Amino acid sequence: MTALLTILVLVFITIAIWQMVKIFDLAQVGNSNSQIATDKDNNLNGYLMIGFLAFIYIITIWSVVELGDLPLMSNSASAHGPEIDNLMTISMILIFIVQVITQFLLHYFSFKYKGEKGKKALFFADNNTLEFIWTIIPVIVLAGLIIYGLFTWSSIMNVNEDEDPLVVELYAQQFNWKARYAGQDNTLGKANVRLIDIDRANILGLDEADPNAQDDVITTELHLPVGRPVLFKMRSQDVLHSAYMPHFRAQMNCVPGMITQFGFTPTVTTEDMRQNPDIIDKVTNINNIRAEKSKDLVAKGEDALERYDFDYLLLCNKICGKSHYNMQMKIIVETQEEYDAWMKEQKVFKNSLIN
Amino acid sequence: MSAHADTHDHEAHEEHHHKETFITKYIFSIDHKMIAKQYLITGTIMGVIGVIMSLMFRMQIAWPEEPNVIFEALLGKWAPGGVMDADIYLALVTIHGTIMVFFVLTAGLSGTFSNLLIPLQIGARDMASGFLNMVSYWLFFLSSVIMLISLFVEAGPAAAGWTIYPPLSALPMASGGSGMGMTLWLVAMAIFIASSLLGSLNYIVTVINLRTKGMSMTRLPLTIWAFFITAVIGVVSFPVLLSAALLLIMDRSFGTSFFLSDIFIQGEVLHYQGGSPVLFEHLFWFLGHPEVYIVILPAMGLVSEIMATNSRKPIFGYRAMIASILAIAFLSTIVWGHHMFVSGMNPFLGSVFTFTTLLIAIPSAVKAFNWITTIWKGNIQMNPAMLFSIGFVSTFITGGLTGIILGDSALDINVHDTYFVIAHFHLVMGISALYGMFAGIYHWYPKMFGRMLNKNLGYIHFWITAICAYGVFFPMHFIGMAGLPRRYYTNSNFPLFDDLANTNVIITIFALIGGAVQLIYLYNFFSSMFFGKRAVQNPWRATTLEWTTPVKHVHGNWEGEIPHVYRWSYDYSKPGHDEDFIPQNVPLKEGEEELQH
Repeated sequence: MTALLTILVLVFITIAIWQMVKIFDLAQVGNSNSQIATDKDNNLNGYLMIGFLAFIYIITIWSVVELGDLPLMSNSASAHGPEIDNLMTISMILIFIVQVITQFLLHYFSFKYKGEKGKKALFFADNNTLEFIWTIIPVIVLAGLIIYGLFTWSSIMNVNEDEDPLVVELYAQQFNWKARYAGQDNTLGKANVRLIDIDRANILGLDEADPNAQDDVITTELHLPVGRPVLFKMRSQDVLHSAYMPHFRAQMNCVPGMITQFGFTPTVTTEDMRQNPDIIDKVTNINNIRAEKSKDLVAKGEDALERYDFDYLLLCNKICGKSHYNMQMKIIVETQEEYDAWMKEQKVFKNSLIN
Repeated sequence: MSAHADTHDHEAHEEHHHKETFITKYIFSIDHKMIAKQYLITGTIMGVIGVIMSLMFRMQIAWPEEPNVIFEALLGKWAPGGVMDADIYLALVTIHGTIMVFFVLTAGLSGTFSNLLIPLQIGARDMASGFLNMVSYWLFFLSSVIMLISLFVEAGPAAAGWTIYPPLSALPMASGGSGMGMTLWLVAMAIFIASSLLGSLNYIVTVINLRTKGMSMTRLPLTIWAFFITAVIGVVSFPVLLSAALLLIMDRSFGTSFFLSDIFIQGEVLHYQGGSPVLFEHLFWFLGHPEVYIVILPAMGLVSEIMATNSRKPIFGYRAMIASILAIAFLSTIVWGHHMFVSGMNPFLGSVFTFTTLLIAIPSAVKAFNWITTIWKGNIQMNPAMLFSIGFVSTFITGGLTGIILGDSALDINVHDTYFVIAHFHLVMGISALYGMFAGIYHWYPKMFGRMLNKNLGYIHFWITAICAYGVFFPMHFIGMAGLPRRYYTNSNFPLFDDLANTNVIITIFALIGGAVQLIYLYNFFSSMFFGKRAVQNPWRATTLEWTTPVKHVHGNWEGEIPHVYRWSYDYSKPGHDEDFIPQNVPLKEGEEELQH
């Protein structure tokens, strides 16, 4: 059905274009047809330039109104999130201003100075003052952005070990994620893929002789206590992956053969985020879309889509093979008590081995 | 210099005595004008293939996993029942990127116009080495053929993204395309790099040695400056990609461990030890980033020239334009790390790359303002080439501005590898460079084929393309900011992204229309070759030397002596002259002052 529609659309477009060409050609009858722009062409295209300027503004406004209200753009759920969001907002406003002005100048000049026979252009080849102005302004603006950006960057990337962060390993493989908690000692046991022993269920290759490894906990869901800094240590067993946690403004590649790291402090529990009015709007909207789709599916005799409830997610964001598009892990941010209770139910490494 | 020109005349005359056969004229030609046309047509064919691929994966994103007869017809076993396979989706994305970046926008754009314009605009009979030039084209042709053959191998073409990061690209167990498909990809790219290096060396030598009398470096048109600097960047950075490719071939086939270490896949530990995928990323982007300037600088050169000619005004700030090309070229080689902020490299290195990256905005801003000032108070002739040039500046600004966000390491954390990146680079180097290429084709078609393109088809081509380009890529910024990762076969496994599905449909519809419109251009291009209106010698009333050559191509470009040059190439609407343009080979009038350039 879609294919048929696609083909139909293409056919109609072709016909429409064909007709437009004919109209253009008919309008040209009697002209010299030299294939060089005439005053009439200059005029028409000059007006189209203004039309195009309007189109750029309209698509900008439409995008901001329809797509700009994205809970992912605001409502970050980590301590450093607002820093990134502020920098992003400042950069966006700046870009928006420059975009509006320069596109206006470009298209308006194209319209205003459209060619006429007999008119002569201004011979204006050089002006050092002007060149200086539009060199120095970007220099100043960018200097500000660079300094602001670098401060933000170093405050995010410098993990303060004194704060006693919760150490969690994110372990990537085609095509799923595992989390490994460091346990009571908060020190991850040594590990290497060479030590993987599938028969004994040592799936992450922990060193069984390492005392630090004994109390490690391996899970398929990522639970984090709210308000406590977390230091993630990333590892991959096969190809590059990227641990992308958009709600927390966090991302780091997982590289086979080395350990990478990223730290942040989650600030909003999953429960609280679900009560956020923006998120409620988003979820309602998504559920309406899903209900609509489900109707079609049910009509075809398939199962309806499940209701969607908000959850933080960890996504793979580095091309990693066939099922890259479905490599995810749920993240649950909860209170310390809930976290402790959950942790108590998990098996520690030494007890999870099959002997 | 004049003695030099004389010997050239002599050679040219001797060549006239040899009778040209079909093979020496059309196939193994050493005439730069024919080689330019060969590059253009090969690039066009590759471009058509690349665009069709993008339309297929756009349809998959808009209507995920729905049967589509087009898929069934074109993909065969990769679309059982018309449903696209996830592996072939990644392969399409990979090959689309490779073809568009290297085969269309590097070889097709720079190869065509450097070959066509360098000898013609500097006043030379041909390239410094016609033979190397021919070898360069045929290596490019060979690499194109190998790249296309790789589409038909049993386990599928390369599917690790155009950046082919190992280990995914190194291990056939990790991705079907990393077997024979990747081998052919690497071989094709190695040959492509050889072709590109031969071409670049030729361009550099020609510009330095073969300028006609009076053609000082500061009288060169900006096109030549752009081609010259592009060739220099190519010579500096392409060999690094070649070494990365060779090391990857070693890892794949000879058991070395340059990029691989500690890998457990499909139940077994591989022997690799001590290598690092991050090293590959450094090597790849050491070319990969300059590459985007290899793509965009020639387009900037073409656009500068066309804007001045059609505005009937000198390009504004000629020296600033050259300085900014040089600044961009220099900076382009020290910013590659901004592709790797979250690769696991030292965060301090990230700071350095943020600093150098954002600096590029300065010369870019200078260029944009100079173009805008060039059209200010002009007498703008709205030829299709001029429309595409204005379109170039528009998309270059729109796309370039978001570079300020991506180049900022702190902001990159959250938009890295999302659709925001896709939107950014497609506008700033994809669409812009393509516009530059179209502008060049509309402008120099009379020089290449002796006939004019149909301008009305050109107008329709431009306006629909311009609207579709914004329609496709502008909303992509926003779905990227919503966190949608690139290279996902379908987003339906993430209910989180369900509210973006409609936007994806809109984007795909714009893409399909935009793709279909290129058929008009192709029709115009091929039919005008035979039925277009015959061109006059200087249809756009331009000042540069190529328009002093006869319409019909001759070996050696000028029938008589090579013209001498007395002025810079931008004497448009100069006061004190009747005509609004003064060709470079017209001597200064008595008392006329040359601008201090």
